[in-house]
Amino acid sequence: MANAGNTSGAAAKGGFYGWLNKRLPVQDFIDSQLIGYYAPKNFNFWYFFGFLATLMLAMQLLTGIFLTMNYKPGAATAFDSVEYIMREVDGGWLIRYLHSTGASFFFIVVYLHMFRAFLYGSYRAPRELLWLLGMFVYLALMAEAFFGYVLPWGNMSFWGAQVIVNLFGTIPVIGPGLVEWIRGDYAIADATLNRFFALHVVAVPLALLLLVMLHLVALRQTGSNNPDGIEIKENKGADGKPLDGIPFHPYYTVKDVMGMGVFLMIFAAVIFFIPTMGGVFLEPPNFEPANPLSTPEHIAPVWYFTPFYAMLRAVPDQKLGALVMLLSIVVFFFVPWLDRSPVKSIRYKGWLSKVFLAVFAVSFVVLGYLGLEPPSIGRTLAARVFTVVYFAFFVLMPIYSKIGPFKKVPDRVVYHAHA
Amino acid sequence: MRASFWVSVLAPLALFSHSALAAEGPATLAGADWEKWSAGNDVQNNASLQRGARNFLGYCVGCHSLKYMRYARMAQDLHITPEQLETDLLIPGDKPTDYIISPMPPADAVNWFGKAPPDLSLEARLRGTAWIYQYLKTFYADPSRTTTGVNNLRLPNSAMPHVLANLEGVKIGVFRTVEEKGSDGQVSKRQEFTGFRPGEVAGSLSEADYDGFVRDTVNFLDYVGEPAQVARRQLGIWVLLFLLAFTVIAWLLKKEYWKDVH
Amino acid sequence: MSDQIVQTSGPSLAPVTDPSRRKFLTFATAGVAAVGVAFVAVPFVESWFPSERARSLGAPVEVDLTKVEPGQMISPIWRLQPIYIVHRTPQMLAILQNHDSDLKDPNSNQSKQPAYTKNPDRSVKPEFLVLIGICTHLGCLPKQHFDAGDPVLGANWPGGWLCPCHGSRFDLAGRVFNGSPASVNLVIPPYRFSAANTLRIGEDTTQGAA
Repeated sequence: MANAGNTSGAAAKGGFYGWLNKRLPVQDFIDSQLIGYYAPKNFNFWYFFGFLATLMLAMQLLTGIFLTMNYKPGAATAFDSVEYIMREVDGGWLIRYLHSTGASFFFIVVYLHMFRAFLYGSYRAPRELLWLLGMFVYLALMAEAFFGYVLPWGNMSFWGAQVIVNLFGTIPVIGPGLVEWIRGDYAIADATLNRFFALHVVAVPLALLLLVMLHLVALRQTGSNNPDGIEIKENKGADGKPLDGIPFHPYYTVKDVMGMGVFLMIFAAVIFFIPTMGGVFLEPPNFEPANPLSTPEHIAPVWYFTPFYAMLRAVPDQKLGALVMLLSIVVFFFVPWLDRSPVKSIRYKGWLSKVFLAVFAVSFVVLGYLGLEPPSIGRTLAARVFTVVYFAFFVLMPIYSKIGPFKKVPDRVVYHAHA
Repeated sequence: MRASFWVSVLAPLALFSHSALAAEGPATLAGADWEKWSAGNDVQNNASLQRGARNFLGYCVGCHSLKYMRYARMAQDLHITPEQLETDLLIPGDKPTDYIISPMPPADAVNWFGKAPPDLSLEARLRGTAWIYQYLKTFYADPSRTTTGVNNLRLPNSAMPHVLANLEGVKIGVFRTVEEKGSDGQVSKRQEFTGFRPGEVAGSLSEADYDGFVRDTVNFLDYVGEPAQVARRQLGIWVLLFLLAFTVIAWLLKKEYWKDVH
Repeated sequence: MSDQIVQTSGPSLAPVTDPSRRKFLTFATAGVAAVGVAFVAVPFVESWFPSERARSLGAPVEVDLTKVEPGQMISPIWRLQPIYIVHRTPQMLAILQNHDSDLKDPNSNQSKQPAYTKNPDRSVKPEFLVLIGICTHLGCLPKQHFDAGDPVLGANWPGGWLCPCHGSRFDLAGRVFNGSPASVNLVIPPYRFSAANTLRIGEDTTQGAA
């Protein structure tokens, strides 16, 4: 394209697009952030989940907006309005399932996305802030999911809210007053539901959008890590581009679209054939309205909270249990500084690091299962054991991460054509 | 009264009420394994749903409402004509667009039964079809219960009488006394259920026909819990086929571009 | 496999070999994706149509006309709208044809009514006029002024309605007078007589059926 004076290439194009680009940096953005952004060419399966998480966020926002059009917040109307959506609003059942099953899929994607960071050291310098921002996204997501689960005002919504809000009562001194302030009433009530509705629909989504944007900006600033843990910017060609990098667009846009196709097939299979996942995504007690006088036989949070719930229940003391549960999440924030390995990626770390990571993953899943089940002597014992294992992964990391032997990290990434 | 009228209408129909599907529950009265029984129902079996609707509106709606289900919606989904709806199913005084509400006054219900009979719209989603099937199949004679004369294995001391007694009869539960030593060393006795045997009062339906009656009713309640489920599964097949086509094309596109990368 | 270090030399990209296949596949993917987006839009767009509850509440309404005296108007609600039902007297009917030149659309060519009411009286049975009582200008509810020679509307006034918001006037067949801000006659809903004195609003009169 011929450059006309000081007009940049895009703005020099004719027609509407040229007019637009003189006023908004559309092509500039595409050029610098998509085509001009070089990502490592050796991304594997674990690198789909960032894009899929953004996809799920968009889906939850869209379905959430449409649910809000018919949902009526309020203790007297909420439950009926959800059944109204399921039965009498055309297409309502699908919008509702997309949102409720979507929430669970969002967490599956996010947990896999976080696991990738552990595999390849994506939280290591210079990406510590990227990791911390991601952790804040995770916290916001947990809050969003908690508030959202209360909204149908089923019996599990009510009692789950009761339990979680009561947890704040364990905070010394201010606890009991804080609980009443959160609830806005002497028990979980209409006031609680309405404020949770406002938080779920407006406040936390805004926070989520801001945090996700900051997360993406932080990623752009450092560039992406890769399965070999090599910094591709250290090997640049004559044109100043990383030798092991390829433009994000079109290569990763095209790959992500394909990944999206596969993901949507799995998602659709669940939505249309097992939307409640046998009572794990939508729990049976929630099919009766909230009843302050009747606790479900077995209260459990939704599956994505159960690893932490299992740890809470494993500790025989109420305040200590709450503290342990809090620490089990807070400890994630420290990982960039706990990992003292000379190499980033699990591919080149010592066997001990591999064992710890594998055992941690197993303990997370096992704790999750234990949290879903009612307590028993055997299960409580198992939960205690796995809680110790879980914390050992973090607490011992400064030690075992330094134990080799470490494989030699190559200068250039390991890539097999037609990846 | 109302019930006896419906009995005389429905009893002949019950002859055709056995479910077409492979039964997973027993055809015998033995029943010791009742906790493993499953309803084995198929919401795609429309004839079964229609029978279940008749069963419910004949025997259950006297006390239990389906407050989220409109007659007209049920008729549409179950392919029941407006005339059939009018003659066989509508509670007199209700319009097709009305929700199915039991004529029993709630205050009276509390007086008579101790608690209001719950609405059953979501019962199949709340407790599951197996629970409801087991509940309707494990009523047995219990003279110690002065209000209803029966008890139930699935929901002990249920406030509900055995409404279907004239169809099933009232069977007898056979128990044996089991002695157990507790952790404190004390020996305690409890009653362990071993099986059913026929009672003195026979019902108008055979075992197999009563079983079919219950399955159809449970099937209907399964449908009422989520009326969209048949459409959901049908739509799902098309969605998956479309997504498969899309993914294949997207994969070809990805492969084409990634030829560049070495 | 991942232990094998592949030392790549030089940059990672090779030049494009077959741009036409690339273009075809891009368009194919984009095309299928567009179709997919259209399908996904369906439940969302669908959810805005009146729900089953709205359709049920908007079901036909039955009205008993036995107590409506000649010259009287009742206004039951159908689909959230007032329906004006007037028991017209023979005198009211007689003067209906005398003022066509004062009307914007005397033959109801522009207005919305069922085919079986497109006649001089705009009705199935001349003695009962059924209208949607909403002014076709901006939606206010016209007020009845049935007396001919009404003091407010002048000696020539044949009887009908006056809309209080902007002054539109309609005759006793709901036809709009010249000089009114409204441009079309009042709308007639579908209706039929299920019995001699029973009206069902919301159901069409079938050919010849009662």
